[in-house]
Amino acid sequence: MRPESETELAEVIAGASAAFHIRGGGTRAIGVTTAAEVLETGGLSGISLYEPGALTLVAQAGTPLAEIEAALAAEGQRLAFEPMDHRGLLGTTGEPTIGGVVAGNVSGPRRVQGGAARDFMLGVRFVDGAGQVIKNGGRVMKNVTGYDLVKLMCGSWGTLGVLTEVSLKVLPVPETTACLLIDGLDEAAAQEVMSRALTSPFEVTGAAHAPGGPGEHPLTLLRLEGFAGSVAYRTGKLQEMFAERSVRVETDPQRVAALWRWVRDVEIMQGTGGDVWKFSVRPSEAPGLVAQLRAAHPVERVLYDWGGGLIWIECAPGTDLRPSGLKGHATLIRASEQTRLDLPVFQPEPPAVAALSAGIRARFDPRGMLNPGIMA
Amino acid sequence: MQMPEPNPAILARKARIVERLRSVLPADAVIEDEMETRAYECDALTAYRCPPLAAVLPSSTEEVAAVLKLCHEEGVPVVPRGAGTSLAGGALPTADSVILGVARMNDVLEVDYADRIIRVQTGRTNLSVTGAVEEEDFFYAPDPSSQLACAIAGNIAMNSGGAHCLKYGVTTNNLLGVTMVQMDGTVVEIGGAHLDAGGLDLLGLICGSEGQLGVVTEATLRILRKPEGARPVLMGFDSNEVAGACVSDIIKAGVLPVAIEFMDRPCIRATEAFAKAGYPDCEALLIVEVEGSPAEIDEQLGLILQIARRHNPVELREAQSADEAARIWLGRKSAFGAMGNINDYMCLDGTIPVNELPYVLRRIGEMSKEFGLDVANVFHAGDGNMHPLILFNANQPGQLETCEAFGAEILKLCVEVGGCLTGEHGVGIEKRDLMVDQYDPVDLETQMAVKDVFDPAWLLNPAKVFPLAASDARRNVALAAE
Repeated sequence: MRPESETELAEVIAGASAAFHIRGGGTRAIGVTTAAEVLETGGLSGISLYEPGALTLVAQAGTPLAEIEAALAAEGQRLAFEPMDHRGLLGTTGEPTIGGVVAGNVSGPRRVQGGAARDFMLGVRFVDGAGQVIKNGGRVMKNVTGYDLVKLMCGSWGTLGVLTEVSLKVLPVPETTACLLIDGLDEAAAQEVMSRALTSPFEVTGAAHAPGGPGEHPLTLLRLEGFAGSVAYRTGKLQEMFAERSVRVETDPQRVAALWRWVRDVEIMQGTGGDVWKFSVRPSEAPGLVAQLRAAHPVERVLYDWGGGLIWIECAPGTDLRPSGLKGHATLIRASEQTRLDLPVFQPEPPAVAALSAGIRARFDPRGMLNPGIMA
Repeated sequence: MQMPEPNPAILARKARIVERLRSVLPADAVIEDEMETRAYECDALTAYRCPPLAAVLPSSTEEVAAVLKLCHEEGVPVVPRGAGTSLAGGALPTADSVILGVARMNDVLEVDYADRIIRVQTGRTNLSVTGAVEEEDFFYAPDPSSQLACAIAGNIAMNSGGAHCLKYGVTTNNLLGVTMVQMDGTVVEIGGAHLDAGGLDLLGLICGSEGQLGVVTEATLRILRKPEGARPVLMGFDSNEVAGACVSDIIKAGVLPVAIEFMDRPCIRATEAFAKAGYPDCEALLIVEVEGSPAEIDEQLGLILQIARRHNPVELREAQSADEAARIWLGRKSAFGAMGNINDYMCLDGTIPVNELPYVLRRIGEMSKEFGLDVANVFHAGDGNMHPLILFNANQPGQLETCEAFGAEILKLCVEVGGCLTGEHGVGIEKRDLMVDQYDPVDLETQMAVKDVFDPAWLLNPAKVFPLAASDARRNVALAAE
């Protein structure tokens, strides 16, 4: 099914008797749904409003992300939450859509400083499981009118409603960018460096560490963005802060962009055979957690982002990496369908929280029509 | 503004309810004397008052849970209260409700600079969160005007903003986790010291739910390192259109000031008479503030001033010292006080798309003549969050009603141009009946269905946010069960 309008989409869902697997670009498979029929959102496409002076963009949910990024680039603006492209990691093909980005709350390295996809969401329209068209939020930056269903929809992976339109806050592309590179740190030292950088007044917009680096040796990356004079000043300040380390500075915009794409898209785990997990934890606890996981499991590759708050871990297929009593969240991002059926893809919630989530699902999609099972 | 009739069955059981509250709380934490409950009869929307059945001041999550469980069993509505600074009537009680004040819960539970978080009990005031971390040069970013008095609990309930949220975001962007007690006494932990979690974003849903989904007792907040410095610049223009165009050009140029504040002529004149900040007498005034090292500030202000000059300002004043910076902010910060000095006023809070500023200001001017009441405009221009102040005389019969009708028309205008009813104050009772102008019945039904999940009996702050007619059937399920 590929409805061409919101009205048609609403009719399709209202009149359906079997559940749908909702698909934007089909590049970000997560859990496994029991639904057989695919419902594509690609027919709902196009930017409906773009006001660069108000930093606002409204688009149909099926609009290709590339189309949005091109429109923004033409005005010197961008999606500041830097959504990851999952195709390399998951081996998927297809054209990512803005609806998919929102449904998955997909962010990138800049999340640590600038916020996640959910922090840039201004409004949504969606069709719920009963086929009703619902709107929430709007297209203005400050809005506390009623409950914030915009946040709720962002990251609900199509299980509460099919997004038809999203409205986003966008930001200017900074004039200059630079990346500080520090070689050879162990994980505890790297975590400390990232934490010191992020607690400095110098507005670090990316802090990542790859123990296995791009070429077998550890590499720590810190990113600065802004006006040329300011970036030069802050680069100097950070070099002073880490004077005891050997710090290289990359200022070529293309090479800086490539480095952060490498982090954002977890290129280090692309085309490799293991399962990939994503941990969201308290940054200072990250190296300890990784050491604990290494001791218990065959861990193959590790990448720290968000100053340690986000850890990507590759391990042998079928491993249940999630430790009991984890303070934080572990999500299984890449694994065989069987593993994704055997292990919870999302962090299991405590019973009282799970009851709230289940209650919300039951009201937004009482017949279980939308991506059933995908977040189980 | 109408409130539901109190449930006589609850009023009749007052003695028993108070006795049960006393059985789970220390003696001094239960207030039932009719003189003393008066202290809780209203919040900062003082036009509406009603003493509650009783007020309780628990000191811990456990005590909050015990109170809620008991009220749930008794079918008694509970109105959570932070510091009582709501301008929207968010903490207005009904005669049959228990006020649950979190004022005694103001401890700092944990500070971790390396992980950039603070965990506090939610009765703590907004400014004192920053106070707890500023010796290490950190701060908590959301800065509502009432930050000296307002509590984090209320900030979370209303998703409060402030002058500096253009750069740092509002409460929801700076909240990482909560401990929340549900109406039946269940305690849940949502989020924590980590960033985004998988699963449904219940944290985002709770923030801004106006105390209708649960009582948040503890919160993990993001703290940030203070910038090296900040400097404001003041600009005067001879029309609102030009000032609006200047705001838009600054934003488009890629500068991200921490604040862009706008005042119109009536506001400039009133504050000048009151605070004598030395503002120019012009149609529109902007205060733009940027942050960084002195050189970084120079770089940004250089660009901003260059843009401003293209719009032929009647005045451009860059602060050369801390004293001059304070003088630039003086008038803006005393704007509400200045208005209060002249008159009674009603402060609105609609948000509009930034590019609609000139049109909306012109329409407000026309409506001001139609309704015969003066309006002064002061607002956060960078994000389109307007605070029109309607001046009226509360002692003159009928003026409050005229003022409310005028305010409603301004908010409808905000919605009409693509904006919303409230940018940072919340709906409360004040904008409750206007929700139908922004949302269709099905939109409101979906929001109310969320409350059904968290509070099936509709006992938590029940007469707020949704028009009474829309929530009537749900609220009266509880009554029918009596």
